[in-house]
Parts: sequence; structure tokens; C-alpha cells
Amino acid sequence: MNRVIPLQSAAAACDSQDRAILKERGQREVFCGLTGIIWLHRKIQDAFFLVVGSRTCAHLVQSAAGVMIFAEPRFATAIIDDHDLAGLADANEELDRVVDQLLTRRPDIKMLFLVGSCPSEVIKLDLSRAAERLSKTYTPRVRILNYSGSGIETTFTQGEDACLAALAKEIPRHAQDHPAQREVDLLIVGCLADVVEDQFSRIFNELGIESYAFFPPRRSGDIPCLGPNTRYLLVQPFLTETARVLDDMGAKRIPAPFPLGVEGTEGWFAAAAKAFGIDPNHVEKVIAPKRQRANLALERQRQVLNGRSIFFFPDSQLEIPLARFLHRELGMQLTEIGMPYIHRQHLAEELALLPAEVSLSEGQDVEKQLDRCRNYRPDMVVCGLGLANPLEAEGMTTKWSIELVFTPIQGFDQAADLAELFARPLVRRTKFAA
Amino acid sequence: MKLTLWTYEGPPHIGAMRIATAMEGVHYVLHAPQGDTYADLLFTMIERMNKRPPVTYTTFQARDLGGDTAELFKDAARSAYARFKPDLLMVGASCTAELIQDDPGGLAAALQLSVPVLPLELPAYQKKENWGAAETFYQMVRLLGKDYVLSPGEKRKPRPAGLPPSCNILGPTALGFRHRDDLVEIRKLLRQIGVRVNVVAPLGAKPEDISRLHEADFNVVLYPEVANSAAQWLSKNFGQPSTKTIPIGFNATRAFIEEVCTLAQIHCDIDELTKRSRARWYALSVDSTYLTNKRVFIFGDATHAIAAAKVASQEMGFQVVGLGTYSRELAREVREAASQYGIEALITDDYLEVEQRITELQPELILGSQMERHIAKRLKIPCAVISAPIHVQDFPARYSPQMGFEGANVLFDTWVHPLMMGLEEHLIGMFREDFEFHDGAAPSHLGHGHQRTPANEANVASEPTPVPEVAVANGAPVTESVWEPEAQKELNKIPFFVRGKAKRNTERFAIERGLSTISLETLYDAKAHFGR
Ligand code: SF4
Repeated sequence: MNRVIPLQSAAAACDSQDRAILKERGQREVFCGLTGIIWLHRKIQDAFFLVVGSRTCAHLVQSAAGVMIFAEPRFATAIIDDHDLAGLADANEELDRVVDQLLTRRPDIKMLFLVGSCPSEVIKLDLSRAAERLSKTYTPRVRILNYSGSGIETTFTQGEDACLAALAKEIPRHAQDHPAQREVDLLIVGCLADVVEDQFSRIFNELGIESYAFFPPRRSGDIPCLGPNTRYLLVQPFLTETARVLDDMGAKRIPAPFPLGVEGTEGWFAAAAKAFGIDPNHVEKVIAPKRQRANLALERQRQVLNGRSIFFFPDSQLEIPLARFLHRELGMQLTEIGMPYIHRQHLAEELALLPAEVSLSEGQDVEKQLDRCRNYRPDMVVCGLGLANPLEAEGMTTKWSIELVFTPIQGFDQAADLAELFARPLVRRTKFAA
Repeated sequence: MKLTLWTYEGPPHIGAMRIATAMEGVHYVLHAPQGDTYADLLFTMIERMNKRPPVTYTTFQARDLGGDTAELFKDAARSAYARFKPDLLMVGASCTAELIQDDPGGLAAALQLSVPVLPLELPAYQKKENWGAAETFYQMVRLLGKDYVLSPGEKRKPRPAGLPPSCNILGPTALGFRHRDDLVEIRKLLRQIGVRVNVVAPLGAKPEDISRLHEADFNVVLYPEVANSAAQWLSKNFGQPSTKTIPIGFNATRAFIEEVCTLAQIHCDIDELTKRSRARWYALSVDSTYLTNKRVFIFGDATHAIAAAKVASQEMGFQVVGLGTYSRELAREVREAASQYGIEALITDDYLEVEQRITELQPELILGSQMERHIAKRLKIPCAVISAPIHVQDFPARYSPQMGFEGANVLFDTWVHPLMMGLEEHLIGMFREDFEFHDGAAPSHLGHGHQRTPANEANVASEPTPVPEVAVANGAPVTESVWEPEAQKELNKIPFFVRGKAKRNTERFAIERGLSTISLETLYDAKAHFGR
């Protein structure tokens, strides 16, 4: 099937090596890594996240979670107080007491993450030692891991990376030593909505890749096993640390664009298929009907988005793949793409698909960036929750990025949903203008 | 260390932000890591403000810690000053910056900016949001008022003859529960009484207004949690008395008017002012009879909780079965109030404890914060919100004060609304087996969204807990009683909004009498015993 917007040839885009990136250092307006808990605690269904932090940390998670009190959350904060600051020995004792209280309350929990914060790091409360110590007490009932979601170390989605990196260290190697676990050829790494996982499973099966597993697993006991030739495929562009852990364990990353939009999803599956030596004709046979259906669904959103300009504030770290999708498949004009940080290696395939003239920025100086945004007067701004309403009040149309990590957006059948998330605010504006 | 699922209050610097954001011409430079910028969304999303809070965060990172975070702070303060040109600069630290001890106050002073600087020390590991707001406001009032302080022994000059009496209104902040609307209502009331408003603070005030506070004859304190310490300082240093009555409810509004008249030394016709109030008549009308002795549980900040209890008991005819607060600073006042209803106050900021108490009490109505709204949702108990913390739906587009006579009208509406209407309640009691008018039926005026489905019915606290058969050893005290099927069936005929209570009472009755099973007779014996 022919695309309505012809694919711009990759030659027209420029190579990531010679691309200038504006690096900024100033006020950042991005959540810290604790935020990831909000989706992680729903993803791994028998895990609990205990932030060891301050009242600020508790308030952040609560505010970012909105009013999700429809069920008892599988996260909480051990709020540090004056006494804990007075002596670390006591702080450790206190932590043990809180963990005991928590695990007594929630006997269903099989995995506990101790999540470090800025205060716990500044006072050098060693959570990895705490996790070791507590593991001795609670093994085999509960596995206790730790990672940092602190704002001095991590931004927003980096919290997922830190969590998965900690979990990845738990992946056993060689099934013969771990008969309970399955050795897999392919590990698919990064949180996906359940519905997307199920779709992806069907496609992998159709392609003929059968030995695969998603990571993180839905239940902590289902962690797969790495074989000598296991490869992994990232679904998110922010999994730097997790990838490093897997590399160190001998797994090989399959370089690929990210599965956002039709093109990204196709490239992602194609990369996997190629790595496993699957006949390209067979791949085309599997992908073609899905591509066709997805393109059909994208058509309506393309009418809305084509030719509109868009500006990205750094936030979810999904900015580059999103920009690539919105530009190449929906015809949007890119102004500036801000990212908290740019991992050139993981984004190489993505960067190659971006047009030369777009400006990229890394880090943030929010006031200056707001000035640039106002100068561009883009048709749409992608930003965090703190900026969205004030920009709307200035007459701009915004899409808040936190929604993008809460919504099933990956894969062929979600491509149009993803586009619709961007089309909706524009459609809404025109309704009011009428 | 304290295990916390949900918090009622944020850290103290959020309180400072509520002051800065309420005001004009103020900027707050906060030494904090990047994640702390989440606080902006409280204002831009929850309160739907159309501008960012006037806060610059230094957003230091781990790699800055070895180096010079102090320099980073100075840069941030310098550029915030240059960009925003505030009339007053507030500086402070959040929890993490408190640990690295950079002394924002000293650093800002060293910059020698040509603007007053208010250094804030808000101990993040001891104190909370409301304290932070009160401390910030108090420090600001002191800083900007110190030049006008009366010398020891000096008396306040009497108001020149012919000038109308004047007051300040103290307490309303950004992110406050209905502060914006309360203010409109109270301003209107004061105008009707004949009292001029000198300054409203912090909401809408500029720093120069704060330095004019001393010009008023007295202060109207609307939110003691925020304004008490400032009001005390004003009273001590300018001889300004302040109001003690919180005008929430019909009676309290009348008492408030009387108090204002006394302080202003004027007379006004209270009955005339009362005329347009509907709340009282609505409560007296026969349709409200069914509200009599509805069992209500109240939790919130101290001011709103105490006021709600008074209104509930004296103006709605409810029975207050639980009263509590998370404001430890005002625990004594809440304890005193609770003793008037013959109950013990619940003073806690532990959400789980509140949930536990509500589950035990099985009230028919909960008046609380957004936290209690969630508890209520889970326990299927009607609920109305009376206090912060609140969510986006508690900033309604319409005018909806809690204070003054219109506020009393609003209270009547919002508290009655979640309940089943009187006649409907009766009919459900009579025709329990009608398949379309069943147990799951929601109050008819609440429409579809409130449908009680079998699925969400599953964990309703009122369902009899299936207790395994226990052979009761001779003489051993009975700790659990088993419902006989017939009794259980009968229990299910009791309308769901009182069933939880009936179940609990019956079980208590049975256990107290050492009955290991509950029969039909036990159920009715218990009914006769407890009455309503
Ligand atoms: S930035 Fe640091 S102190 Fe602030 S909420 Fe995040 S972890 Fe807690």
C-alpha cells in the first residue's frame, strides 16, 4: 500500500554524528525517577515499592498518581524524620521495623523494592546493604531489591530504568542451574501495557520467534533465564542502565528504532526478525496486513496533524521517537525537540530518521526554553504538567507527556491512538473557535 | 521513620509556595532537586491556575554536590531577580537542600539585591505544609511590619471620628479549600455590616499591602492554621484584636457578625442580614426530617472539622459519631469539640488509622478530605468534602463558598446531596424484593454513574462475613458469632445504608451475650436493644 505521505528518504536526514545539540544547564522542570513507581507498581503485580525518603517524596508520588486510591497502592514511603538524621544506625533499625510492618500488612507481596531518594542518598543511607540485610530475614518469602529514583540522580522515566536494572541483575543465567526458569532467546525489555504485550506476542509467534519473554514480568517469580545467545530488544529509549547490566551479562542488544508508529514498529520487528535470520519475505507477509490496517487508521489523524508545528519540552525521554513518528508519518513540522538526556547509541536509528533542520536540546533551562517556545509559536507543545495550563493560558495548545507513559501507545494497532492523543487538543481548539 | 501510604499535608515548603503563589510581586527561590518541581502541578493542574507559581528551583544534581551548590543557588537567585523583578524575594531550602546546609538566607543576603529578602527556615523533617504556610506568612508580616511596631507601653491611636471601622482579612492562600469564594462572601458580609477591608492577605496582596496591615482596627482570621501566628504578632505589636469565630454555618455566621460588630464598635441588624439565608429553613422543612440523627463521621483540618461538627449536629440534626483532624497544632481544640459530642477525637495523620476508625463506626455519611472520599468510595458510604487536601473536582467552576450565609446554603446542599432522599429511603425499606428497586439502586438523583453493581458490591463491609463453624468450648468467651442463614437473609432485607451498622450492632450484641450463633431472634433482639 502507498503511504499518503511518502517516506522521506533517510539520506535527507542527517547522521547523528554531526548533529549539533544545544546543551543546557539551568532550572529543570522534570519529575524525578520516583514517578516511575506509578506505572511500575501496576506492572509487576506482586511487587511493592517502598520509597525511603522525605515527606516531599511521598507528596510527589501521591500528586503524580493523582487520585489513584481506587485500590490500595503497592507503594508507600518510609518518611525519614529528625531521629533518623541523628544516627544512621537508628535509621537502619527504623527501616527494618517499617519493612516488617509493611510485609506483615501485605503478606501477598513477593518482591520489595527499596527506592532511594535524594535525602536517603545525601545522608548516605545504604539501601543496597539494607536490601541485603533484609533479604536474609525474608528469603524465600520476599525478594528485596533496591534502586534509586532520586531527583539528583534520575529524571522521570529514568526511574523505570533504575528499577529494571536492579531487577535485571536478578536474571539467572543458564537454565540447567535454574530448572524452574525458562531460558529465552529474546528478551523484550521495558514496561508495556498488557494489551500491547499480548499483541506483540502474537506477532513474534507469527514471525516464528518462539523463545521470548517480556521484562519486567507481570509476576516477580516469572523472571526468565538468559542463555548463552540471548538477545534483547528495548521497547523504551530510556533504558540505559538496564541495557548495560544485560550487556555485562553477555546478552546482545538488537539495534532498532522504537516501536512507536507504523514505521517504528515495523523497524523494531524487522530488526528482531533479521537478528534471528527469518526470511524477509515471511516478515513482509506477517507485517503487511498490520501495516496496512494501521496506515488506514492513521489517515484520519493525518488530516488534523499534517503541516502543524510541534515543540517538545524535555520530559518523558520519548521525545525523539515521538517526533520521528509525528514528522514522518503524520507530516508535522518539528521545531525543537528537548530531551532530558540523549543516549546517542540507543537512539542512533531514530536520529538517522530525523530531518536535518530540527534543533535538538539536551538538559534544560526552563525560562530560556519557554522564551524559545514562545518565539516559535508552535501549533502544539508537548510538556509536563507544571507547564501545560500556563501555556494554554498563553494561547498555545499542549499535550502533557505523562499521559504518554500511562497509555498503550506502542505497536501497529496503537499507532492511530497515539496520533489521536496529539490530534485531540487541536480538534478541541477548533471546536471552541467555531 | 514512618510508614506512609498517603499524606494529608505536603512538606513545609509547599506551605511557603501557597503564600508566594497567592500573592503578587513575590518570588520564591527554592534550593531543591529537580523532582521537587512537581509542586507546580498542584497549582497549575489541581487548582487550574493559568500561570506558573512564582518559584525558581535550583534543581541541583548529584554531580553538583561535590562542587559548589551554593554558587548554583546564587546564580538562580540572581537570574530570578533579574527576570521577575519581584518586590520581595523569598529564599529557602527543601528537604534535600536542608541536608546540604547551604544557607540560602545568607547567600541571598550576600547578593545585595535591592529588594527585601525573606529567608525561610522550614524544618522539613519535623514540620508540615500548614505550619510552613503559617510560618512564612508570620515571617513576612514581621519583616514588612517591623518599622511600624508600637513602642513598649504605647497605645494604639483611636480611630479618627467619622472614619468607618476597618479590618484585615487574614488567611486565604493559593490551593486553599474554597478560599477564593469564602473571601467574596466575607467581603460582602463586612460591607453589609459597614466595616471597610483594609488588606486581604496573603491572597491577592502585594508586599506593600503587607506593610499596611497595621492601619486596620482589627483582624478577621478566616483560617487559623495559616494566619494565627501572624495575627498574634499583629495583636502584640499593633494592638489589633482578631476574630475567633469561624463563620462556617448559619449560627456561626451570626456569631461572627456579632463578634465583628463588637470589635468594630458598631451596631447592625443581624436578623436583616439573615433574611436571605435558606439553609436554616431547608433544615426545618419536613422534607429534612429523615436527616435526624444520621450518623456522621468528620475528619479534616481542625478549623473545618470543628465547624462541620457544629453544623452537622446543631443545624442539620445529625449525630456526630466521629471527629478528628490531622492538624496536630490544633489537637487540643478538636479534642474539646469532640467531648461535646461525647466522643473521643481522632488525632492522626495516618490515613490507615482513619480508615480503620470509619470501618468500625460504619457512619451513614462521611465529611472529610479527598482521602476520606476514597475511603468512602471503597466502603460505599456517602461522602462530602469539607477540607483540604482536595483534588481538582474540589475547585468547582461555580461560586461555592463554605463561609457566610451562602456558605451555609452550600453546606446544606452538598451534605444532603450524597444521601438517599427521605421517601425513597422508605420505599426501599418497604419493597426490598422489587427486582428493579433493589438494594443496588443508587439515590435516583445521582444517576447512572453511581449504580451499585454486584461486582463493586462484592467487598461491601456490610455483607455478613462468613465465619467458619466454631465449636465453642465450655466457658470460653465467644469472640465470633455465626449468622444463621435465615438471619442473614433477614439482614439483607435491611436497606444497605443502615445494614453495616445493623450488622455490627447485632454481632456486638451477640458476642456480649456469649451467643455463638445469630438467629432471626437475635437480630430483632439487638434491634430492640439499640433502637435508632
Ligand atoms: S527530587 Fe528528590 S527529594 Fe524531591 S521528590 Fe524526588 S527523590 Fe524526593
